[in-house]
Amino acid sequence: MSEPPNRSNGPSDWSGVKLHVVTGKGGTGKSTVAAALSLALASHGKNVLLCEVEGRQGIARMFDVDQLPYEERRIAAGLTGDDGIPGNVYALHIDAESALLEYLAMYYRLGRAGRALDRFGVIEFATTIAPGVRDVLLTGKVFEAAKEGRRGKNTRQYDAVVLDAPPTGRITQFLGVNSELAGLAKMGPVKNQADTVMTLFRSKRTAVHLVTVLEEMPVQETADAIAELRGARLPVGGVIVNQVRPQDLDADDLAAIRADTVEVESLVSDLKSAGIEAGDEVVTGLLAEARDHAERRALEDAQRELVRGFDVPTYELPRLPGGADLGGLYELAAELKKQGMA
Amino acid sequence: MTRTRTRFGPLAATASSAPDLDIDALIDDPATGIIVCCGSGGVGKTTTSAALGLRAAERGRKVVVLTIDPARRLAQSMGIQELDNTPRPVEGLSWANGARAKRDGVPRMDAMMLDMKRTFDEVVESQATPEKAKQILENPFYIALSSSFAGTQEYMAMEKLGQIHQQAREDQSYDLIVVDTPPSRSALDFLDAPERLSSFLDGRFIRLLLAPARGPARMMTAGVGLITNAMTKILGAQVLRDMQTFVTAFDTLFGGFRQRAQKTFELLQADGTAFLVVAAPERDALREAAYFVERLTEDRMPLAGLVVNRASPAPVGDLSADEAMAAAARLRKKDDTALSGGLLRLHADRTRLVEREARLRERFAAAHPHVPTAVVPALAGDVHDLTGLRRVGELLAEG
Repeated sequence: MSEPPNRSNGPSDWSGVKLHVVTGKGGTGKSTVAAALSLALASHGKNVLLCEVEGRQGIARMFDVDQLPYEERRIAAGLTGDDGIPGNVYALHIDAESALLEYLAMYYRLGRAGRALDRFGVIEFATTIAPGVRDVLLTGKVFEAAKEGRRGKNTRQYDAVVLDAPPTGRITQFLGVNSELAGLAKMGPVKNQADTVMTLFRSKRTAVHLVTVLEEMPVQETADAIAELRGARLPVGGVIVNQVRPQDLDADDLAAIRADTVEVESLVSDLKSAGIEAGDEVVTGLLAEARDHAERRALEDAQRELVRGFDVPTYELPRLPGGADLGGLYELAAELKKQGMA
Repeated sequence: MTRTRTRFGPLAATASSAPDLDIDALIDDPATGIIVCCGSGGVGKTTTSAALGLRAAERGRKVVVLTIDPARRLAQSMGIQELDNTPRPVEGLSWANGARAKRDGVPRMDAMMLDMKRTFDEVVESQATPEKAKQILENPFYIALSSSFAGTQEYMAMEKLGQIHQQAREDQSYDLIVVDTPPSRSALDFLDAPERLSSFLDGRFIRLLLAPARGPARMMTAGVGLITNAMTKILGAQVLRDMQTFVTAFDTLFGGFRQRAQKTFELLQADGTAFLVVAAPERDALREAAYFVERLTEDRMPLAGLVVNRASPAPVGDLSADEAMAAAARLRKKDDTALSGGLLRLHADRTRLVEREARLRERFAAAHPHVPTAVVPALAGDVHDLTGLRRVGELLAEG
């Protein structure tokens, strides 16, 4: 990876996008990337909402705050831009039950009937058993948060909404659930709502970003998801390559290591000059690690080529050796901004 | 640690205080009839299941591996790229050292990929009369439920396990079933499936939907009107009608379903079953693993141990990360492109990663001291053939 130009000050690749959906295979760090993206978007005084829908309270853990309720809450200052003004990141933990009750209250003014529905187990049925309803409710709330001209007290107009979405294997079904619903309910308010949601999701105001790591299965799954999203007419955003290994060795070094032509003597004298007791064990150990690293880098490069072939904007984030704590999230956010994603 | 390791980093010796998980003892024990691998997505569950199955088969067990969503090339290597819901023999097995003398023929391993919709359809067809089955299979609610409802996959995986187990007992086709569980978002959905089904059936809402078809519902009339009106207002009359048809048609099958689910649940609790929790040495994956361990214990499910996949290999020698970074900084002042500096930074990075993973495992072991653990070092490449699976099997056994 040659050092890409710093684009922190230029326009972002997604400046027209309001709703950023972040998906990825399990284990690739999609929640981390969604959090970092929300921080990156929340600079220059912008207000960004980060939503989670999988009931894991991952946002609370990442940002080290108390468990989130079904309520928009400010959780962090965004990334400080060149103007020295950070924005605000708000968070919303969306659960289907609360979304349904809110929905019923908002659109149907079902006071007594709403409670009766709950008493008869309809709420439970709708949110756990009834096919697709859960996803309809979750996506419906995301839509409500992202739409223009929100009504109601305690609501805020956001500059961007970031959704930490279900994994790649389920994303097309999740986002497309409203079109399925529109097919099931052929008329009535549900169909109208479903159609409106699909209009936003399919528009240029939405981008579905995919997180991957440079390994065979996640890259393959990303390719499959891109094809599925396109097939469902959902807008594919960028690919974020996460957990990239350190790039400390250049191509020449890697070639020498693979060919086993490293000049051991000059390596030993270098190490000694830096104050390291370069015994056989240390040198053998370093070279063994280097060979292992070279092999992995070769595999990564092959996967990186495949990712380039997807023909969508790509961004790369380094693997943080200390893990993605709150400080790490800001580091990743700065990196996304530098590469033009935000 | 009874086995010899080829590499022994300074950290590996203190990495974990948990007892070792003896994989070979588990798979060789004829009393082990079912192994269930569970864990969050992306931790290598499918590979672990396939590797365990292969190792067990080549050591003399008659194995079937039930997978959910294998990587394409891994599926190809096992000859199950077809989604036909039937176990197919895997070619290319050979006896492990020592197993050959005791056995005739070739090792036996079958593998299958679960088709959740087909499994569901088969259950309906086996439980209902042809006309009724047809009515159910064509209902839009059934189609949605059987192909996209979150939780159906978990339930169907258990249904299939029950079927295969039943068949294996009758015709002695297998003596070990290895199950790869779906990457559930709510971790142990498959354990909850019977419970959820029961609460669904006993739910007042279902009885409400059935009420008009079943006669007197005087007690609820006021409520019913309110609900039906509300639902009609929201969903439209046609959706409500479809739903009612579905529930009515399904009603007669419910008893059978519940019974089967209960039987599978008991099968999972039995002594012949062993649960393996699979994780990666990362905070989130281990947190999920802790949840699995607690949940399995709570449900009195037989937990065999924890498999930590993709562990970073321990560095050789005792050069610390700080020493390496300090030296790299000194070298950088002289020549910032030197290989030596790069190697030192690489070493520091690797050492820190290994330290962090060891710390995470230690914390897990501190909270769950009785869970036997096997640590499998990360392979450089992906696994997509029997040779790779065999290698993973060896690493598991060395764990």
